[in-house]
Amino acid sequence: MALSRRVGIISGAKYKGGGPMLAWVLHRISGLGIIIFVATHVIAAFLTQQLGSDLGISINIIYESLYFQLFIVFCAIFHGVNGFRIILLDIWPRLIRYQKESTWVEWFVILPLYGLTAFIMIRRFLAE
Amino acid sequence: MRSRVIPKPSWNLEYLMWIFTRLSGLSLFLLVVIGISAGLLMGARNQMDLGTLMRWAFFQNPNHVINSEIPDLYLWSNGFWQVTQILVIFFAATHGFNGLRVVIEDYTTPGFWQAFLRFLIFLLWISSSLVGIYVILGS
Repeated sequence: MALSRRVGIISGAKYKGGGPMLAWVLHRISGLGIIIFVATHVIAAFLTQQLGSDLGISINIIYESLYFQLFIVFCAIFHGVNGFRIILLDIWPRLIRYQKESTWVEWFVILPLYGLTAFIMIRRFLAE
Repeated sequence: MRSRVIPKPSWNLEYLMWIFTRLSGLSLFLLVVIGISAGLLMGARNQMDLGTLMRWAFFQNPNHVINSEIPDLYLWSNGFWQVTQILVIFFAATHGFNGLRVVIEDYTTPGFWQAFLRFLIFLLWISSSLVGIYVILGS
């Protein structure tokens, strides 16, 4: 019984994975977001510091925008908290039974943390 | 009910990187905690805003705090912080590019293109780590 790996978008969306699957998808998306941000940030720092080029400054302007920062802060907080949940479940495999509940606990941590951070950031951007 | 028989893991790349991902994740948490607590001890409470302290927490580079109200960079720019920055770059780049490799291997089949992409990720990992360390030592 071979596992079919050719899964389309529609059949993938019908799969009812629930909270753990959402966490898995968001973990990948947030990880990719962080890779893109950190890589461009390192390149921009190198270009401005060593070469004094305008390209580094124009990359800086992109990630100084509020939307980009709200996205990257969500990526960092989600990836961190979800990664911590995964580490806890790996250290104590018995807890796998409560995997679905663990994603609820995770959102109870993430939503206040992200909400407060976003509130502070938006208030600051509006004040400027 | 009998318990599952789990085969003894062999020390291949997948197993090593699986362990490394967990350990580097915990290490990055530790480095952030060190950055925040040392920053607060060095006077961040009165001399910088929350955003600046957070930038310092994620990466302890003097350029991240230069625009705040700290009197000078004496405490914020020395060998200790260069070591923590190199650790952050090493853990984050290895963790991140290994994650990218896992994602790409999920959506490709073994063959020429997968090997090519793996090689490309290896080059990106080496080059971004070296560029990062160069920036750290030069700032």
